[in-house]
Amino acid sequence: MPCRIPMELRLREQGERMTLRSRQGRRAAESERRFESVLQLPWAFAMRLLELPMRGVQRVIGQGRMPWVFVMPNLLIFGTFVIVPLFINFYYSITGGTDLFPANRPFVGTEQYDLLLDCEDYLDPFSCRQDRFWRGMYNTAFFVTFQVAGMVGISLITALVLNRRIPGRAFFRSVFFYPVLLSPVVVALIWKWILQREGLLNAFISDWIGNKTLWLVEPGWAMFWVISVSTWAHMGFYTLILLAGLQSIPGDLYEAAEMDGTSRWRTFWRITMPLLWPTMLVVLVLALIKSVQTFDEVFVLTGGGPGTATQLIVQYIYETGFATQIQNFGLAAAASIVLGVVLLVLTLIQMKIGSGKGKW
Amino acid sequence: MFDRTLTFLTRRRGGKRWHITDILTWGYLLLGVLMMFGPVLWLVMSSFKTQAGLVEFPPTFLPYSQQEVAVEGYDKPLPLFEVKMPDGSAKVMAQVRRIGIVSQMVDPENPGPPIKVRFQDRTPVRELSFAWENYITPLEQFNFLRYLWNSVVVTTVATFITLIINSMAAFGLSKYEFRGRTSILVFIIGTLMIPISVIMVPVYLVVTKFGMVNSLWGVILPGAATPTGVFLLRQYMLTIPDELLDAARMDNASEWQIYWRIIVPLALPALAVLAIFSIMWRWNDFLWPLVILTRNELYTLQVGLNAFQGELQVQWHYVLAMTVVTLLPITFVFAFLQKFITTGIASTGMK
Amino acid sequence: MKVSTRNLTIAGLAVAGMFWASVAAAATELRITWYSDGNEGEVLRDLLDRFEQQNPDIKVVVDNVAYKAILESLPVQLAAGKGPDMARITDLGGLSKYYLDLTPYLSDPEYWRQNVGPFLQWFRQPGDKTSIHGFMTQLTLTGPYVNKTLFDQAGIALPGEDATWDDWAAASNAVAKKLDIPIPMAMDRSGHRFAGPAISMGAKFFDANGEPAIIDDGFKAMSERIVEWHQDGTMSKELWGSVSGSSYRGANEEFANAQVVFYMSGSWQVGQFSKQIGDAFDWVAVPQPCGPAACTGMPGGAALLALKDSKHPKEVAKVMEYLASEDVLAEFSARTLFLPAHIGLSKKGVDFKTDLPLAKKALDTFLGHLPKVSQTAYDLQAYPYNRVLFNAIISRLGQAVVGELSLDDAYKRMVQDIDTQMAEQKRTK
Repeated sequence: MPCRIPMELRLREQGERMTLRSRQGRRAAESERRFESVLQLPWAFAMRLLELPMRGVQRVIGQGRMPWVFVMPNLLIFGTFVIVPLFINFYYSITGGTDLFPANRPFVGTEQYDLLLDCEDYLDPFSCRQDRFWRGMYNTAFFVTFQVAGMVGISLITALVLNRRIPGRAFFRSVFFYPVLLSPVVVALIWKWILQREGLLNAFISDWIGNKTLWLVEPGWAMFWVISVSTWAHMGFYTLILLAGLQSIPGDLYEAAEMDGTSRWRTFWRITMPLLWPTMLVVLVLALIKSVQTFDEVFVLTGGGPGTATQLIVQYIYETGFATQIQNFGLAAAASIVLGVVLLVLTLIQMKIGSGKGKW
Repeated sequence: MFDRTLTFLTRRRGGKRWHITDILTWGYLLLGVLMMFGPVLWLVMSSFKTQAGLVEFPPTFLPYSQQEVAVEGYDKPLPLFEVKMPDGSAKVMAQVRRIGIVSQMVDPENPGPPIKVRFQDRTPVRELSFAWENYITPLEQFNFLRYLWNSVVVTTVATFITLIINSMAAFGLSKYEFRGRTSILVFIIGTLMIPISVIMVPVYLVVTKFGMVNSLWGVILPGAATPTGVFLLRQYMLTIPDELLDAARMDNASEWQIYWRIIVPLALPALAVLAIFSIMWRWNDFLWPLVILTRNELYTLQVGLNAFQGELQVQWHYVLAMTVVTLLPITFVFAFLQKFITTGIASTGMK
Repeated sequence: MKVSTRNLTIAGLAVAGMFWASVAAAATELRITWYSDGNEGEVLRDLLDRFEQQNPDIKVVVDNVAYKAILESLPVQLAAGKGPDMARITDLGGLSKYYLDLTPYLSDPEYWRQNVGPFLQWFRQPGDKTSIHGFMTQLTLTGPYVNKTLFDQAGIALPGEDATWDDWAAASNAVAKKLDIPIPMAMDRSGHRFAGPAISMGAKFFDANGEPAIIDDGFKAMSERIVEWHQDGTMSKELWGSVSGSSYRGANEEFANAQVVFYMSGSWQVGQFSKQIGDAFDWVAVPQPCGPAACTGMPGGAALLALKDSKHPKEVAKVMEYLASEDVLAEFSARTLFLPAHIGLSKKGVDFKTDLPLAKKALDTFLGHLPKVSQTAYDLQAYPYNRVLFNAIISRLGQAVVGELSLDDAYKRMVQDIDTQMAEQKRTK
């Protein structure tokens, strides 16, 4: 907006406004902190108790080694309940038989992996010995590409919308987050009511199209709906993360930009995105990982059908290792390790690219 | 002059104009309520339907059931139908019995001898009715308070542990440069690669070795160190300016004091998010407690109330009712916690 | 006489010890892991409360779980040695190595051999011919239902007692065409359901040595019919074609909404149908369609079995005897609307507690199917790894139905799936 006030006056006004706001901001921050500290009295007490011993520890091992103290409790629980089982899992993959205890399983070397990777033509799942493994891989690749793109995009838009000062903000935030709270069985049930032959969707649109479409019976539509339902069910999760990330951007940057008359689009690209990037990276990495591991709601909604059109890789692992009568832990473990390696490589690539944009 | 009028007309409180983004915002919000909340409301309404009502095509939004009325001369209440009479009019009649495709009906007001009506000439008369027994029967059958207590214990203790150790680890990994930092980070993210349903059996073996089977600790501990939590908090802590820490160190604060006096309050939005997630994961956790807990005194809500999923049949009317029951507490918790997401770095107070 | 302090203490401790032992023995706690398809949990609790009144020194705790726990968690718990005293199990052969032989603790083993009789073999490991592990909580039989009201409306007569599968397909199609019904025939997507008709068509499932050899003419005849029926519209792809792998897909909702004319399912649906359909139309159980070899369905059911992990086998035997006694089992079957797997009861009949005449008639019809079940069907149900066969069959047949595989490829894959799994099983020490 063109302004006829001289430049210095404008800047002085800006500065005054900022100081006023910063004073208000400080006061607001202080009162909030007082409120919070009252709220957290019991734990503050516990923390305070630990101050002296922790200072002693610091004196003994030096400031440089302190990070290990902070990281240790987490690593301990990880080590016991995640790393050890992963090793056991790996051991399952190089042994055979159906016994639960590793000690009783005969060693078979790479046999499970050979079975898994035995294909005449890697591009045609049906030519492979374990055709459903490869089908699962291809289906998952397709699913992940579209679902991550869609989900992150929609989550970003929603987070931006929910960050604005709108009345009833708490209600709207709850609304978008609600589907995340539902169990996969319930999600699938609700969407079945919508998508079945006599469901809600057909009730609305069958007049226009003329007949009732069997949405979950045609392979193309089944995949589309599986991606949509999965996005619907998990979007709130990423929206919330991005919302937290948006809080770390100081509000006065936006004020300044607005006073300069910057367009909203430029504000978004030049201020929001760069400062949001560390959180955005979290969302992208997590979305990719969780998307590859999608199982529950797809399994309950379509069971992998029609045929194997929506059978994802974790369904294959689950069926091989648990749902069959002869639980083939070895093959399931081998498949999970192959999956894990692929996923790790993808994630590292993602983080490397992401780190180019700033500290990671 | 024209554009000043336009400015006047489209001004908002605070003196700003309605931007196209504001209109889009409200449109998006309304769409969101419809698509996200609509199904949830439908779920709640459906939890009041009878078994027959749940199977019906097409599914209705509100719970209906066929109206029944007591008719003089008959012991049991008779179902009401709207019948197409031979002369074309419609009359409400009560059905005495149905034999094949012919049903015998009487006028509920003055019951005379039954007249024969064809099967296809009648449609049921329905009324709104809430099947409260969907809620009452399971709650009577099961030790609901016990399950609730177990769920609350698991959720609060686990969330508390998760918040503390994850924020400690995130602090260590974000604000320090030390050897092994990258490998630990890759390690932690790497553990996300294998889905939990796959390593459930090995984790079970480890938990058995520790003797934690059939104890709430077996449910609390294995998932306390979440890689998602560490990753999320770490990325958020990266945005906290290092100058704050340096200033504190110059004031002779120990690392521990820096952690809990500076970092934790500043990371409140991310901590609130992690708290919400942790509460949600623990409250809804079904698979893991199902394997670990075999004694029903220890069952959490999800395990206990999902006993209605049988082999040949799922008693949906009970499952839905119990789902709504388990959703209520977490709704309140979420509404309470989400406001912490906007506290924290208010504005320039930190400078 | 001077009594030394030491002796007094020992005496005192001995008395206390005896008291303690008696108190401890006074309340043995037994645990049953149980799942319910309907009201079985309630009925069981009722029966056990009466038992506890008669036997105040035994307390039986029932842990009600989702079926998923029985299928997936229980095997893991049993393998780790952390199982309950008793459990209601469906994978009878697969878990047989964990069952407890009750014969030494039972007061009347002969009663069990006479009444639970042929079903005892389903719980035994290969080579064992004498152990008694428990009893069947219910017997299920696969068999068809029809929506008779639709036949009446169309004015077409129901095919008779010896009608073949093709006769039924033709009749259902005629009714569906006349009344514009979307799904003439439906069958649960399950290998267990498919097996009965396949055996009727002549499938033998096993070779001379008792090893699985599923592909033969009878099997192919039924598979071809299934694929054909899905092509020409007799069966709808929205059932079998909508899920994959070994996922189950029933047609309850479609049948309850009068969208299916002929529904091949089983006796366990009676309780559900009485609630879901009630009197809305005439749902009738009809005689098994015939093939050249037999007119059979598949038997099945879950059993309550004693487990080796139990520390109180004597008390377990007492509970089992109570629950398997004729009166108690009769009451259980009557209230849950399940068929009893008890020779004595199936001769006497059960007074099912239902107001709906349709339900009573359906249950009686199913009881009448029992004599016609072929020996192959019993053998197949007794085979410990039958689920391997069923899963392989249904998962590949499902792919053939939607056109992902040709039938010949499907047969090859079925055999391959079975071989891979059996090889893994044989590798176990």
